Amino acid sequence: MDWGFILERTFSAMIGVEVMVYALAAVGLNVHFGYTGLMNFGQAGFMAAGAYGIGVTVYWLQWNFWWGVVFVFVYGAVLALLLGVPTLRLRADYLSLVTIAAAESIRLLARSRVMRPITGGVEGVNKFAVTFYDISPFELGRFYGFGPFKYLGRDLWVLVVGWTALILATLMVQQLMRSPWGRTLRAIREDEDAARALGKNTYYYKMQALMLGGLIGAAAGCIQSIQKHSVQADTFNSVITFTIWTILIIGGPGRAWSPIVGSSIYWSLIVFVENTLRQLPAGVRANLETAIELSDFNISMLRYIVVGAGLMLLARFRPQGIFGSREEMALDRR
Amino acid sequence: MTAVSPATPNSAATLNLADKPVITATGVVKTFGGLRAVDVERLEIRRDKITALIGPNGAGKTTFFNLLTGFDEVDSGVITLDGADITGTPPHRLAAKGMVRTFQLTKALAKLPTIENMKLGALDQRGEKFWSALLPGTWTKQEREIEARADAILKRFNLTHMRDEFAGTMSGGQRKLLEMARALMTDPRVVMLDEPMAGVNPALAQSLLELIKALPGEGRTVIFIEHNMDVVQEISDWVVVMAEGRIIAEGTPAEIKRNKAVVDAYLGAHHGEDLSKVQLS
Repeated sequence: MDWGFILERTFSAMIGVEVMVYALAAVGLNVHFGYTGLMNFGQAGFMAAGAYGIGVTVYWLQWNFWWGVVFVFVYGAVLALLLGVPTLRLRADYLSLVTIAAAESIRLLARSRVMRPITGGVEGVNKFAVTFYDISPFELGRFYGFGPFKYLGRDLWVLVVGWTALILATLMVQQLMRSPWGRTLRAIREDEDAARALGKNTYYYKMQALMLGGLIGAAAGCIQSIQKHSVQADTFNSVITFTIWTILIIGGPGRAWSPIVGSSIYWSLIVFVENTLRQLPAGVRANLETAIELSDFNISMLRYIVVGAGLMLLARFRPQGIFGSREEMALDRR
Repeated sequence: MTAVSPATPNSAATLNLADKPVITATGVVKTFGGLRAVDVERLEIRRDKITALIGPNGAGKTTFFNLLTGFDEVDSGVITLDGADITGTPPHRLAAKGMVRTFQLTKALAKLPTIENMKLGALDQRGEKFWSALLPGTWTKQEREIEARADAILKRFNLTHMRDEFAGTMSGGQRKLLEMARALMTDPRVVMLDEPMAGVNPALAQSLLELIKALPGEGRTVIFIEHNMDVVQEISDWVVVMAEGRIIAEGTPAEIKRNKAVVDAYLGAHHGEDLSKVQLS
């Protein structure tokens, strides 16, 4: 077994593109669920809005790349309004129903034949971010290594921009949640009627929270599509949404830095387990092949099983997540 | 000058208004399916007095409270606050107009420290606006003022020792105190308390009574729902009796005590007992 290779992959994954994209999407979900208590099960829909915001603007409208970036936020905001206006006055569960349905509708509509001239259908939209890579300070095809971290130049450029956006978003959310605005959101999470009785227009605050978290999710989708240099409708399925939820729960909802740490733990585990399984000594490998029919094809499934077991242990022994406080969690049961 | 300033109860303007009711409800009806939960022909709440709303369980007291505070919509009827029609006004606007309520089942915000619960109550906070929230310079000064006011009220309510604890760690009685203290952070003209004494131990109850009694002196009208007749007799200036959604009697506590109809229909042999328990047995 080549432990050096496994560790290099794992370390590179710790701050890699997946970690950054999913952490950013989880920062948005944290605003929804962690601070405001909004059960958004359609964060993948907001990511799709961001990805198509840039893809369609550049590919179909043939507008400038930077206009595309603007439209990422326009689409995200419009989606938040569409979801929020009918549901935020209703009980909390309606939002979760509507968001999960909307995210799937967006995906199915985008990949449909009718939409093909605009969204590219199943093939999606490609090569729309040339402008972005043109201004890269790194050589796109060259490998850059520092310590155990090793990235391709084009990915490094995405990482630099993406992590800057992620840190800025995290700091912004942290600042907002320390303010009276954030206090009102947390009050709504605890008891909406109490906040209403004390003069807070809770509908308005919930809408602001939905939009802010949605815009951050759209930004994550945009960065992801730039890195892939394509927008594929099926990227934005509900597994993505539940991965984002998992990441937020690992870190602990309602804490500013938990999306980053949760995402990093999740993806390093995935990469570590996968590479270890692929590097098993021949004898062990042969045994597993006969015992559980392990093959190169189902290793990626096995890694989810192993990581799933790890998550169960987390839920059993640290249900509040990495940053959450057990004392706070106990208050729910009183 | 027509506006009422709660801070100066002796000003000329207030004297003119003093005889006028602060809240009126006319022809207020609310039905749930076939049930006529509330059917109030006319009710006037007197300014800067303590009005008790009593009646057996299911009399419609809390529903009537919900209608007055905008948490529920009337089927028909008109509600006014200081002469202005407030029928159908949402709760958050009523709070801004000076009308605040507490709940029968306390709504302490468990995962917020006591002091944050209190500060939430302050109205017109600059830092509650999204863009200002990003710029602490625009709201930190106001936040300090709010915190000072919150600390003063906490002291009055003997909750200073809980200041930095999560509200979820409080006892039931302390939560009742916190909810009333938090309501006062809105600087209300009308305070509506839904069973403020329920679940409060006798030692705490006495101080809570004193706190309620002090409110009219600060230019605040109090309306409260209560089952304990001793409490009603002790602190209220006026008692309104509801049964089956209607107001069946009103008067001073002494009059209500003597009212044959009320005694027969409601107090009966159970006078002096906790009526919520009577209903259960």
